[in-house]
Amino acid sequence: MGWGGLLGKLGGRRTSHDEENPVAPSEPPSPGTQCPTKALRKFLATLTSRPNPVLLDLGPVIGPNVSFFGEQLGCKILVEDLYADLDRQRALGDEALADFFKRRFSQDDRSVDGILCWDLVDFLPPLAAQTLAAQLTRVLAVDGALLGFFSTAASRETTFTKFVVADEQTLRHRPYGPTRTRSRVLQNRDIIKLFEGLRVSDSFLLQTHLREILFRKPAYLAGSTSGA
Amino acid sequence: MHIGKSVVIKGELNGSEDLTIEGHVEGKIELKDHVLTIGSNGRIRAAVFAKSVIVLGEVVGNVTGTEKVDIRDNGSVDGDIVSPRVAIAEGAHFRGSVDMKRGGTAAAPKVEAKAEAKPAAPAPPPAAGAAPVANPTGTQKVGA
Repeated sequence: MGWGGLLGKLGGRRTSHDEENPVAPSEPPSPGTQCPTKALRKFLATLTSRPNPVLLDLGPVIGPNVSFFGEQLGCKILVEDLYADLDRQRALGDEALADFFKRRFSQDDRSVDGILCWDLVDFLPPLAAQTLAAQLTRVLAVDGALLGFFSTAASRETTFTKFVVADEQTLRHRPYGPTRTRSRVLQNRDIIKLFEGLRVSDSFLLQTHLREILFRKPAYLAGSTSGA
Repeated sequence: MHIGKSVVIKGELNGSEDLTIEGHVEGKIELKDHVLTIGSNGRIRAAVFAKSVIVLGEVVGNVTGTEKVDIRDNGSVDGDIVSPRVAIAEGAHFRGSVDMKRGGTAAAPKVEAKAEAKPAAPAPPPAAGAAPVANPTGTQKVGA
């Protein structure tokens, strides 16, 4: 089924660019770098195949994204800005940060249909990353999807990035705020091991030195996650 | 109607005209058919129900807008938003959930949800063409 067909299933909720956009007016135009995305489209397909999808966004709240996922796709959006948490908890060591993540999520087990993890894991030390992955696996519903971005090259950037959905094939990358640098470059096998309760559905290596990975939660692994 | 920044209200605030709050309110605010503006000095710890809600200050509590919720630059909301239209500016703070689907179809029942005495009364459609029934008092009611 094409993208038009997917959106058609939503009963015409998607608005054209000519129609009034309820969110955009208060979001000032931002430069941001236009970057292609391959995995977003598949992530959206997962969401739109489910009734009343619930989306967990681990990034900062972004008006156009709220419009895109909330109005056009009919998702209920849970905004949990973990980048802001990281900034606030910058003094915490790996173990303390892991403890923080253990208590951070109030969502019930298997209650979320999609998770936008963005590039958060790149900024986490090992134990905290492992704990976060376990918590995300816990809250993700069976057949739900998690979208994560992982750097494939070391970077000296000291800013986080806002990922603004322009359309299903394009994201605008908008740097913001001085924060901590990326902890490390994870190898593919490390990423897969990190999210061991999930299955890699699609993986794309982009020219922007970013690996996009779409994870799915298979039924046969759903009972094996404890949310460590 | 304007509530100044030195005013502190604890309790329930109902009204049938547009309202701007620059002071502190704790409890519940309900302006079913009107616009509620939380000014830049406004500090709200309350469940908020209005036709349209504009936030320039700080709200801790759930916000329901039968038409629209608009969090402006430097505005802050910690709570869940239910509204068919949500605008969140670049410099705004928000933590909670956004439900735009329910806002378009069932926001009005949520407004009435606490009126337990009339559970069988059908809720009015949120954006119906028919004129809404005005609050007969026509005044803000502040209860302790």
